[in-house]
Amino acid sequence: MQTALRLVAVLALAALLAVPLFPQIVYPVFVMQTLCFMLFACAFNLLLGHTGILSFGHAAFLGSGAYITGYCAKFLALPAELSILAGTLTGAALGAVFGALAIRRSGIYLAMITLAMSQLVYFFYLQAPFTGAEDGMQQIPRGTLFGLLDLHNDVTLYYVVFATIAGGLWVVWRTVNSPFGAVLRAIREHEPRAISLGYPVARYKVVVFTLSAGLSGLAGSMKAIIFQLAALNDVHWHTSGDVVLMTLLGGMNTVFGPAAGALLVSALTRYLDPFGAWVTVVIGVVFMACVLVFREGIVGKLQHVLRRRPREKRQAVDREGMVRTSE
Amino acid sequence: MQTRKTLITTVLAAAGVGLGGMSGAAASTGFSDDVVRIGVLTDMSGIYTDLSGEAAVEAVRMAVEDFGGELNGTPIEVIYADHRNDPSVGASRAREWYESDGVDMINDLSNSGVAQAVAGVAKEQQRHAIVNSSSTLAITNEHCSPYATHYTYDAHSLAHGTGKSIVEEGGETWFFLTVDFAFGHGLEEAVSEVVRNAGGQVVGAARHPLDTTDFSSYALQAQASQAEIIGIASTGADAINAINSLAEFGVTPDQQPAALLLWFDDVDSLGLEAAQGLLLTNAFYWDADEDTRAFSERFYERTGRMPNMAHAGNYSSTMHYLNSVQAAGTDDPDAVSEKMRSMEINDFFADGGYIRPNGRMVHDQYMWEVKAPGESEYDYDYMELVSTIPGEEAFQPLEESTCYLLDD
Amino acid sequence: MDLFGVPIQALLGQLMLGIVNGSFYAVLSLGLAIIFGVLKIVNFAHGAFFMLGAFVAFMAGSYLGIDYWAALLIAPLVVAGIGMLFEYLFLRRVYGLDPIYGLLLTFSLVLVLEGGFRVAFGSSGQAYATPEALRGAINLGFMILPEYRAFVVAASVTVCLATWYVIERTRLGAYLRAATERSELTGAFGINVPLLVTLTYGAGVGLAAFAGVLAAPIFHVNPSMGSTLVIIVFAVVVIGGLGSIFGAVVTGLGLGIVEGFTRVFYSEFSSTIVFLVMVLVLLVRPAGLFGRTEG
Repeated sequence: MQTALRLVAVLALAALLAVPLFPQIVYPVFVMQTLCFMLFACAFNLLLGHTGILSFGHAAFLGSGAYITGYCAKFLALPAELSILAGTLTGAALGAVFGALAIRRSGIYLAMITLAMSQLVYFFYLQAPFTGAEDGMQQIPRGTLFGLLDLHNDVTLYYVVFATIAGGLWVVWRTVNSPFGAVLRAIREHEPRAISLGYPVARYKVVVFTLSAGLSGLAGSMKAIIFQLAALNDVHWHTSGDVVLMTLLGGMNTVFGPAAGALLVSALTRYLDPFGAWVTVVIGVVFMACVLVFREGIVGKLQHVLRRRPREKRQAVDREGMVRTSE
Repeated sequence: MQTRKTLITTVLAAAGVGLGGMSGAAASTGFSDDVVRIGVLTDMSGIYTDLSGEAAVEAVRMAVEDFGGELNGTPIEVIYADHRNDPSVGASRAREWYESDGVDMINDLSNSGVAQAVAGVAKEQQRHAIVNSSSTLAITNEHCSPYATHYTYDAHSLAHGTGKSIVEEGGETWFFLTVDFAFGHGLEEAVSEVVRNAGGQVVGAARHPLDTTDFSSYALQAQASQAEIIGIASTGADAINAINSLAEFGVTPDQQPAALLLWFDDVDSLGLEAAQGLLLTNAFYWDADEDTRAFSERFYERTGRMPNMAHAGNYSSTMHYLNSVQAAGTDDPDAVSEKMRSMEINDFFADGGYIRPNGRMVHDQYMWEVKAPGESEYDYDYMELVSTIPGEEAFQPLEESTCYLLDD
Repeated sequence: MDLFGVPIQALLGQLMLGIVNGSFYAVLSLGLAIIFGVLKIVNFAHGAFFMLGAFVAFMAGSYLGIDYWAALLIAPLVVAGIGMLFEYLFLRRVYGLDPIYGLLLTFSLVLVLEGGFRVAFGSSGQAYATPEALRGAINLGFMILPEYRAFVVAASVTVCLATWYVIERTRLGAYLRAATERSELTGAFGINVPLLVTLTYGAGVGLAAFAGVLAAPIFHVNPSMGSTLVIIVFAVVVIGGLGSIFGAVVTGLGLGIVEGFTRVFYSEFSSTIVFLVMVLVLLVRPAGLFGRTEG
């Protein structure tokens, strides 16, 4: 079964790499957008799934990444790599601030603090003169990466985005499977024990918050470069809700489950147009069904099913650290 | 660059003459991918569904059917998508349509953020986009191109319609209730300028967040300002709630509300009791004359609703696009653009309308007054014509446009 | 007399309006607080039930000729029924799990309800007439207050007091409080806890619907009328202290007033101020203004 999963992963990777060659089948820009959301959701899950912290303000990081990247590229005429870096760092810095304030509380209170702060961030971008309010920041130049790669070329852009997002996802994976990640899980499972073991829990939480926010900022930065625009939708609390949704639908007890959730949500909003005005209702019903049927998320469920049959493989999977059952 | 220059010269020359060549159909060049494809990019499921939505798709389909469904044997196809009021979704879909799906023209484009993003994509991809249901002046200024057309109305026509007419009728002091969005600020600014130029005075403004439900506080502020006119620079639910609150707190009728962007659907939703006496600038009203009635009744049969100005604009602009393609004898965007900007538009929607080099369709705008419940004699009998604002006065003077196509 | 450049009279007027708006928040947050207290679920659909209440009143009026006063009673009952059905069929399947699943489930319901009403009634909404008896206005000296707004305050306060009485002074309320504290133990005493939970959810969303009917004549009835309200009401409940019914009501009223003054001094910020207040309150008082310290 493990080999089956691997095979699927390799096939998916090959398919993703081949996307620009077959724009008729699936449109590369749509794939790029989905990739951004995949990174966003996996980064978010560093907090929710792996540390047990529910943030309801992640749109602030995604949106800041997009706006700051846009600002640097459009108004300061910085090259793409510096603009993206600036967006990512802004996301991370904001994450450090959010984290430092929010982690003094836990559970729903923590979620509400992050929501509140992201609303303040939203207000800032609504008022700031450079964002164009609801019109959005339009015509952000894509520029060239390292003075070499012309990002106006859609194929080049695709592979740059692909590589960047893959890099981001690798960071997520490394974090989860590092001693640092093990401490995070300890915090999630039993915080007082982690404290009594001498871990500086608060510092760990702020660091993971910063990391998660930085990667979210990176996702936002890439989005701004891809679409050449940054808009209020990215900082709106609906986006904070969407990422929770993606993560849960994909499976919050997995590393890359949220990516599958992101794919599902993007695909739903992209391919359900024939339903016309009914689309909202249909999406609502799908979500409802998912919560009731796939409680551990699509990937979580898949792993569950795959794992149930060959019991002897269980150890191997656990050692890989790819999965963790909710029990 | 060479072609652009020639294009401008041709367009200017044609505009000077006033009439393009209807007869000059060159049949040889043919059509890309053997189909003329029109995409309707609209809000199918959000807050603007009543303004455009499925009915906008239907309006475009009607135009295609009335045109005959084909162009010299080439079929015409209509597809649609929901932009969900997200500029990035809109931009991505537009790009996909142009690049992969062979869409020749995108219509409707409600939501000004989406409209601007798509105008940008249209310019880059050199394909047509026609904006019918959003007001941003950027379409004919910084985002202008030979391929973007702004058809039905814009912020300038709203300001110079309602604003100017009211000042001329003696409304000298103004207080604004403005939605704290670029759209609201732009409208407030434009009307303020009109008011000041006409010798009026702006005594204050309150800017409320989008989706404010309760306007009572603003009603009191408006009352305290003692302005004669309360300019409402918002639309949809915000405008409706504002109008209701002004009436509830007795601000009206002592002070007159002026809704700067009120749609036919908003009047329908408010009801005549609450809306009576309101002045609004709309480019189209279903019951204006024989032709509008004929179109509207057919539209009503298909959709179950009366068309608003965006629906009528969707129909008229699609027809104009198809006529231009026919006249050009090809769907080549540059050739079509040339025809679009040289041929006059004469239908139930516009009388002698023409498209300026910056993409602005110039046609008369109308100011309407909402009837009292007693004056309404049949269903949807809501409005009465107050004045006609000639297109040349309603729209931004060409010399003020920052469109690069005008630089020479 | 002026205060920060605004006449005192005008400020009194704004204070009055703040109380009117605050009473909406109070009823809404009361319902949300009760639901959270017993079900431990953040009812994201609260705004949608508010909208549903307004629409039920509207439909009852236009299709069945039921007048406002009857609707004020019927609509909350109908909505409570729908809510209980939802609780019985779906919501109870996620009890005991991470509260986030309840959030997601109720969020899906928002999509279904708002989307459905948008399909059925369009996005621009419907007008609902103010009842004949309340069309006048009262001159308070410093302002003209429409009678209907005064009625809103009276009705809200009455409902809040009645709810408080039921919870604190009746046997049913005692069961409810017992179920909140120790649900298994309460069940062991032979009390039907699942039924109690269903009833609580019904009551909570019924309160939201009641606020919806109150809102129908003054706020245009449209499918998205509750969508922005919901996070504000969350904030109110959290500021008041989760689980504190008194806190929810007082904070609701207080927020109305704060928001009202913000509309005078920095109007653009009026829909954001609640969040600033929340951050400040939570940093100073971890469990909200009237809550007990978190466990």
